[in-house]
Amino acid sequence: MKTRIFVTLKNGVLDPQGKAIHHAIEGLGFSGVHDVRAGRLIEIEHEPGVSKADLETMCTKLLANMVIENFEIEQA
Amino acid sequence: MRAAVIQFPGSNCDRDMAVAIRDITGAETTLVWHRAGELPDGLDLIAIPGGFSYGDYLRSGAMAARSPVMQAVVKAAERGVPVLGVCNGFQILTEAGLLPGALMRNAGISFVCRTVGLTVENNQSAFTKGYSTGEQVQIPVAHHDGNYFADSETLDRLEGEGRIAFRYAENVNGSARNIAGVLNAGGNVLGMMPHPERMTEAVHGGSDGRRLFAGLLRQIA
Repeated sequence: MKTRIFVTLKNGVLDPQGKAIHHAIEGLGFSGVHDVRAGRLIEIEHEPGVSKADLETMCTKLLANMVIENFEIEQA
Repeated sequence: MRAAVIQFPGSNCDRDMAVAIRDITGAETTLVWHRAGELPDGLDLIAIPGGFSYGDYLRSGAMAARSPVMQAVVKAAERGVPVLGVCNGFQILTEAGLLPGALMRNAGISFVCRTVGLTVENNQSAFTKGYSTGEQVQIPVAHHDGNYFADSETLDRLEGEGRIAFRYAENVNGSARNIAGVLNAGGNVLGMMPHPERMTEAVHGGSDGRRLFAGLLRQIA
């Protein structure tokens, strides 16, 4: 079983990497892009017995830094 | 005096830190590998050095903060043992929950590696006794993720409780309120991005970092 975890910066937290990517996109000649935020995708292969609560605990204890980041759990 | 310097895979300021502590304080200084489940007995100081522990995988300091030795460091900090985290050590202390806030990518994206001015905000902690409040000192920084972030409520609390130890004299990396070093509520844990161990003798270009260690010695001895 595969779960995808998306870790993103909280709203209001400045994202210098997203800003740099935004500049690079504009440098390629694309216009009309308002903002870019960069995050992280973590794919976890696991037994069906690993519960959603376990996955949430993995997120809050390690995969996301709750001071600056949010996470979303997507199960196939 | 007895000190331990924690080594993680990817630490690279561990020896400089050990030399600074040994030379300036005369402490019997042991390097402790990250897999150690316990620390040597009777420690007067634990130092978490700079570097790129675990290659900065996931987030700077995130993996190191969950390593076995950090459980022992957290327990020692709770007992009041002084803990000094420099650069990656500061990142590890925030990830371990010993200090509030987080260290994000520098606002200017670039790695910053130069000597910067720091203002000593509080000289009442064990780590800052060697300085005067309001004094400006010169200490080098070398980091990519030194942009200190905490919500405004936390920042107000830190300021109100005198827990900002050092502030940058200029905007170095986008840190909230130019914070360069913070203390825990007990005052026995200090995290700072600048490297005092790299500024301890004339050949380094200055010795302002030396007084941090000398002040610690006076406090502990």
